[in-house]
Amino acid sequence: MTRQRAFAGTANLVRFILRRDRVRIPIWILALVGFTTSFLPSLPDLYPDEASRQARASIMEGPAGLAMTGPGYGLDDYTVGAMVGQEFFGYSAIIIAIMSLLLTIRHTRAEEETGRAELVRAAVIGRHAPLAAAVIVVVSLNLVIALILGLLMPAALPELSTTSSMLYGFAGAAVGVVFAAIGAVAAQLTFSARGAVGIGMAVLGFAYGARALGDASGTFFSWLSPIGWAQQTRFFVDDRWWPLLMATGVAALLLAGALALSRRRDVGAGIFSPRVGAADASRTLSGPIGLAWRLQRGTFIAWSAGLAIFGAMYGSIIPEIETFIEGNEFVSQSHAMMGSDPVESFMGIVVMLLATVSGGYVLQSALRMRSEETAMRAEPILSGSVARWRYVSGHLLVAVIGGPVVALVGIGVMAAVAAGVSGGASLMGDVFAAAAAYIPALWVLTGLVVALFGLLPKLVHLVWIVLAYGIVIGMLGAFLSLPDWTVNLSPFAHVPQWPNESLNPAPLLVMTMVAVGLIIIGMFGFRRRDLA
Amino acid sequence: MTTTIDIADLVKHYGRHRALNGLNLEVARGEVHGFLGPNGSGKTTTIRVLLGMLRSDSGAVRLFGDDPWSNAVELHRRLAYVPGDVNLWPNLTGGQAIDLIGRMRGGIDAARRAELLRRFDLDPTKKARTYSKGNRQKVALVAALSSAAELLILDEPTSGLDPLMESVFQDCIRQVKAEGRTVLLSSHIMAEVEALCDRVSIIRLGRTVQTGTLAEIRHLTRTSITAHTMRPVTGIAEATGVHDYAADGDRVDFDVETENLDEIMSTLSTFGIRSLVSSPPSLEELFLRQYGDELADLNGDTAKTEAVK
Repeated sequence: MTRQRAFAGTANLVRFILRRDRVRIPIWILALVGFTTSFLPSLPDLYPDEASRQARASIMEGPAGLAMTGPGYGLDDYTVGAMVGQEFFGYSAIIIAIMSLLLTIRHTRAEEETGRAELVRAAVIGRHAPLAAAVIVVVSLNLVIALILGLLMPAALPELSTTSSMLYGFAGAAVGVVFAAIGAVAAQLTFSARGAVGIGMAVLGFAYGARALGDASGTFFSWLSPIGWAQQTRFFVDDRWWPLLMATGVAALLLAGALALSRRRDVGAGIFSPRVGAADASRTLSGPIGLAWRLQRGTFIAWSAGLAIFGAMYGSIIPEIETFIEGNEFVSQSHAMMGSDPVESFMGIVVMLLATVSGGYVLQSALRMRSEETAMRAEPILSGSVARWRYVSGHLLVAVIGGPVVALVGIGVMAAVAAGVSGGASLMGDVFAAAAAYIPALWVLTGLVVALFGLLPKLVHLVWIVLAYGIVIGMLGAFLSLPDWTVNLSPFAHVPQWPNESLNPAPLLVMTMVAVGLIIIGMFGFRRRDLA
Repeated sequence: MTTTIDIADLVKHYGRHRALNGLNLEVARGEVHGFLGPNGSGKTTTIRVLLGMLRSDSGAVRLFGDDPWSNAVELHRRLAYVPGDVNLWPNLTGGQAIDLIGRMRGGIDAARRAELLRRFDLDPTKKARTYSKGNRQKVALVAALSSAAELLILDEPTSGLDPLMESVFQDCIRQVKAEGRTVLLSSHIMAEVEALCDRVSIIRLGRTVQTGTLAEIRHLTRTSITAHTMRPVTGIAEATGVHDYAADGDRVDFDVETENLDEIMSTLSTFGIRSLVSSPPSLEELFLRQYGDELADLNGDTAKTEAVK
């Protein structure tokens, strides 16, 4: 097969992808552009003068702040631009990476898994055309978002120059392009789209973690991360474009690797081939609960391991925070005035971060009740002597018990590592109590899934918006001084925040009751509706 | 109770589309009942209502004399189901899926399971994602057949099986029937229905158009006649009940409706019959005739449709 033939039909497939995703792609553009531009106009009011911005900078320049956001260029002269670059980009980059991964895998591995790719490849379509088409669409989408940001950011906030805004936009696109390439490689490795997304997310976790570690400790680790390369452009401070070349080069290498891998495998197959397994089901695999656990234990283990690694990383920078505080009179004084210990404050933020992020596991596992149904795999269960509520309870238990466990594993590792490296385990009890306070909020998320699943099953995936909103509010709410009612829309906003707030059981009880109510409503709804 | 399935005037809408439009189905205990109809005529919808997965809009549905929507859990202990499109959990092996499905129905007969795995030549250690359509169907069949369920509901269970496996399947169903169990068999394979079924229901556009034993249904239709006569035949081509008449020298070919058979044969014998072949209509022909007007509609041949009506 000549090189040209291998790409035959790419243009047609590009049109086909654009037609299929004519709603999905505009939503991503809107979400990403909206996320950045909607907050910008409020910044001059929130931080009107240099003094207020420098006060903000003094909070950000500690290892804790750097680990959460970015490398901290321009903190000594914290202009609005430097602020945007430091505090927004890290979050945008994660959303861009997720978008690029999901879209690339959706049009490559997911198509092969469902068998639709066979239909397409039987037409006049070259071996590499589906992969090339997916990458072309995702790369173009990233460039379009970069251009829109470059044009709209100065419009939303005149202090931002167009050149710097363009660099900011294209730095984001560079992250997207690298993750499109990572998605392209992952799509060659596994048999299932779920597995490919898992590999991509693990790489994203590594990219975020390496950057956080490198930025907090001022070491080379940031240079191992695509997000780090983008932040090293120092947008709005020094504006250097060359780190983007690194990203482009790595993306090109990865794409070449993906093509090489795809030449070595059959349509529908992965590089990792499935093994044979047991001829009989074990005793635990005998009902909906055993099945739900069997289907989801891989996801559970992956999430627990991922959050444990993050917990360990955050725990390991505790000594740096202590040193930083000791050497910075201003910060130690301001913390003394606020009456909270900076190490405790940092741990409080990590507890919130890990707990809200484990909401992702909760949604993923609870939503299995719907994805199994639409894949027609609820049918063999419900055609057995299994009540509707028992079918739901399998995936429900995995979410209701698994979610808190995932959160506590990550937070527990963080506390243990912190105790190990800085000596003394006195905070362990407080940290666990603070973490446990998030459990009812995770249950509310589960309850939302069940309620929608029972009553409005076609809309159930909208719960991701609730979680994304909760994470954004949790991370940026204080920075942006948002009005109370917008903050209160997030279930996580009602959790008492250790160490600043005392552990009040009332909201926790109310949230637990709300969760139970939602689950009961959903069960009733599911009992009364048709199966997909 | 001798009626296992009793459906009367069943109506089911999907949004504004009327999937079932007054469907009737009666399956007696111990019989193998064929359930025929073209694609999209409502067979699978009927079965899913019968399993309590869809709620009927109106009409009476009785399974073992009970309502399948409100008593699905108890009723499902007594039945086994093979869906038309078998979807399995990609990371479970075939053997695990068989055990799981069996246990959720209330247990599985290990000896029978082993025997069926051997007869269907199915490797239970392979992950479900590596199975072909036929092998996925075998998994569902082994799970259903290794149960002791009183009723088997099979939705096009052999559409992916090879002829060898088809014959294994037919043996299994005969054995099930010999044990006095009931089978509802939705199928497009007419030879299979003719070989296995005691009675047949034919549905079209969500409504039952024919039901009865194969003999009864045949009675409603035509017999094909091929005869050689001593003298040239006259007067039959125009007779009532005769169709597709063709004459070639001393040979005639035609179809005749059952009610006119006696009269036409008397006429034919007056020309001196030298040889005679008469064949009953195959189910395939019945089926094609039943949908003849639909085919005509599809071909835009409205005049012919009017004539048939």
